[in-house]
Amino acid sequence: MNALAPLSGLANGACDAAPVVQERGQREVFCGLTGIVWLHRKIQDAFFLVVGSRTCAHLIQSAAGVMIFAEPRFATAILEDRDLAGVADIDDELDAVVDRLLARRPEIKLLFLVGSCPSEVIKIDLSRAAARQSRQHAPRVRILSYSGSGIETTFTQGEDACLAALVPTLPPEPENASHSLLVVGALADIVEDQFARLFDVLGVAPVRFLPMRRAADLPPVGPSTSFLLAQPFLADTAHALQERGARWIEAPFPLGAEGVTLWLRAAAKAFGVSEARFDAVTSPARARAEQALAHYRDALAGKRVFLFPDSQLEPALARFLAREMAMRIVEIGTPYLHRRHMAAELDLLPKDAPIVEGQHVEKQLDRCRAARPDLVVCGLGLANPLEAEGFATKWSIELLFSPIQGYDQAGDLAELFARPLNRRARLEV
Amino acid sequence: MQLTLWTYEGPPHVGAMRVAAAMRGLHYVLHAPQGDTYADLLFTMIERRDTRPPVTYTTFQARDLGADTAELFKSAAREAYERFSPQAMIVGASCTAELLQDDPGGLAKALDLPCPVIALELPAYQKKENWGASETFYRLVRGLAGARRDRPLRDRKSCNILGPTALGFRCRDDVREIEKLLATLGVDVNVVAPLGASPKDLTRLGDADFNVLLYPEIGLAAAQWLERAHGQPFTRSIPIGVGATRDFIAEVARMAEVDPATALETNDSRLSWYSRSVDSTYLTGKRVFIFGDATHAIAAARIAQDELGFQVVGLGTYAREFARDVREAAARYGVEALVTDDYLDVEAKVAELQPELVLGTQMERHIAKRLGLPCAVISAPVHVQDFPARYSPHMGFEGANVIFDSWVHPLMMGLEEHLLTMFRDDAEFHDAAAPSHLGEKQTHRQPSAAAVVSDIVLAWADDAEKELKKIPFFVRGKARRNTEKFAAERGLATITVETLYDAKAHFAR
Repeated sequence: MNALAPLSGLANGACDAAPVVQERGQREVFCGLTGIVWLHRKIQDAFFLVVGSRTCAHLIQSAAGVMIFAEPRFATAILEDRDLAGVADIDDELDAVVDRLLARRPEIKLLFLVGSCPSEVIKIDLSRAAARQSRQHAPRVRILSYSGSGIETTFTQGEDACLAALVPTLPPEPENASHSLLVVGALADIVEDQFARLFDVLGVAPVRFLPMRRAADLPPVGPSTSFLLAQPFLADTAHALQERGARWIEAPFPLGAEGVTLWLRAAAKAFGVSEARFDAVTSPARARAEQALAHYRDALAGKRVFLFPDSQLEPALARFLAREMAMRIVEIGTPYLHRRHMAAELDLLPKDAPIVEGQHVEKQLDRCRAARPDLVVCGLGLANPLEAEGFATKWSIELLFSPIQGYDQAGDLAELFARPLNRRARLEV
Repeated sequence: MQLTLWTYEGPPHVGAMRVAAAMRGLHYVLHAPQGDTYADLLFTMIERRDTRPPVTYTTFQARDLGADTAELFKSAAREAYERFSPQAMIVGASCTAELLQDDPGGLAKALDLPCPVIALELPAYQKKENWGASETFYRLVRGLAGARRDRPLRDRKSCNILGPTALGFRCRDDVREIEKLLATLGVDVNVVAPLGASPKDLTRLGDADFNVLLYPEIGLAAAQWLERAHGQPFTRSIPIGVGATRDFIAEVARMAEVDPATALETNDSRLSWYSRSVDSTYLTGKRVFIFGDATHAIAAARIAQDELGFQVVGLGTYAREFARDVREAAARYGVEALVTDDYLDVEAKVAELQPELVLGTQMERHIAKRLGLPCAVISAPVHVQDFPARYSPHMGFEGANVIFDSWVHPLMMGLEEHLLTMFRDDAEFHDAAAPSHLGEKQTHRQPSAAAVVSDIVLAWADDAEKELKKIPFFVRGKARRNTEKFAAERGLATITVETLYDAKAHFAR
């Protein structure tokens, strides 16, 4: 690899893709349970009950960072020895926990039973439990299940599993439904509202979002539905939607001015919006985004960035950083690369940016140290140790918790990467 | 199956990590799925450690379950040894790997690595973090301390300090304070462990004459074993607070056969004088609720009652292993101990007792915030704020000074309280203005227990309501609750000025 190669003059739609290296070894990533931290905020009358161990409970409260919610809309049913030894009947125990929970929280309309590593290993059938409990608690509460276990899901794949579990429960489209758009993947409410306004002015309607903010507002789906992925980690959800007859609109992801434009344009095209109208509607917002990005370009241009695997957002982020901020990409780590969903991103990526799928954290750290990048994008477990070694780091988890998609957040996204460099420039201690 | 919202303790392997991360030259190979690597951030973010914890996770995935997870463990252990060349290794399984029954201890033994390998059995579905730390430390000490040996004749006695770990509450500064105290007493420190010790250091534990046990939750099992196997007595008093520090000095002096006078006299405790100063009279009888690990909770109760003149209205712990000690202590203050690891129980208790100060963990800090009560943190589980940049022990005489400041500042200062009464009608001191120390405005008071419990609709007569408003706002809520409770108990439908003062007399202390 030649990490120092200049990345200017890249051709659009280059077909010879960047090299992808598979790596196996110790992974330093969250499991899918972590998605609960943002999903429970998104669906405001849903509750997430993890069936797992004390480790699961500890993980979620540690990943949430601070315990700011008096009584959060997530909890763990902690498996104990008597559950494992068969002294207690797991179905009875779980039903009792769910009854107690729903009695305490009458406002809950949708309950997810979330599988974990231990529940998967001892093969607790949560889908059966969910069906049984749904019958019991209908119509007040619907109960679904999915797995957020670390042996099957990495970090953001938990959201994928959650949304995929929702898809079969979405109502069918009415007869002769008109062409509708479904935006799939959790976005901050403010971002959702911005997109809704843009689609409205473009004349793309109706537009619905998954996940929905309220459990009752399930978007209908069927052959007249086209869907756009707002997040790159939704392989199973997309598949489930396609099973329902919905059509996927291929596009890069809505990060950065260029990403947002390509994403919106793909939808506009699918809905027959003219190029002229598209430009007229989007150009003011696009100009605003570019103006915001310009503030940070000096700080980031030419700087070398190394991305550790975390959320599967990495290729899209690297595309944004390389093309819009003129950064140089040392390595793009990703826990998993969905080649089909990522194809539009890969086309735009610099061809010499090596993509590493999977992880061997020690070897990756060795490569990072040897490359001496200007900025390392990594998880919370690695950030402070790397800072102590002299690297500027950006915590990757913030990219999931902050609104970064859309034109009016493009500047905020750039700022997230510029801030660690800015801070280093200021400090004299 | 236990329904849990927030937990006081992590799983036992996190306890093992606290020991491993505290030590040098030790490496932990943990058979665990990828998600368990979250534990690294506890150390790198909460404690801001500048290195990763010395832990290698096997991070097996679903596809490995059908193949050979045991082989995965072996290669991880081998690679970890080659990369880190530790003096010793500990090996074990987290909750999920425990179900696989791969026997990390046996597998590691079969690898025949050129360093001591200590196998940990930490039953994840029965035990919790502190137990895991204690068991790990005990296994390490037992595995490495060797046989009893003759101790060299020395002029000065020497001791080990046992119990401080990574992610512990103020361990870093407590150790420094106690080392200073021991130096004043003329006692040498042989080894501090686990914090800062290497496996080689643990082989020297037997050279000391006795052990200073600072954190029984972590170090008691090791101290008891050293007492049996190496004939080293260990200290029972925990030097948190002025009185307890004096007791500790006396106990160490007896064990070390030294004169405690200098250490007792050269103390720089300001707590004793500050507590006696007239400004502190407003602290008298403040009702305090205490919850934490057993060691810190028991110590806090003694300080609260004897050294600050508070009244202990509640005392509890999440450390079931030490429930007996806490129950004994609670009996001394005439309260029933709350032993639970369900924070909702704790919250209900705090709401019921309506203390004027909450001393607890980060969990109680949140409870107190919601209920609009002042709070100080006295115990793990910890938060980034519990690793202050400044020197801030809780042990020894300086620790008592720190405690005085950190418990008293959240309360209204005496003079301020007086001024507020004088100026209560001033625009800046209007009813809705929250006490300055609480920062943001207080949360909405819930309807008082009396009003909810009783079927009678309690009505305040206009003159009673006016009289209530003359009471300073920071005690008005309590006055309202007490009066309503008083009225409800007596079946009074209307609260008059008389009722208000009857209740005041009834609850007077």
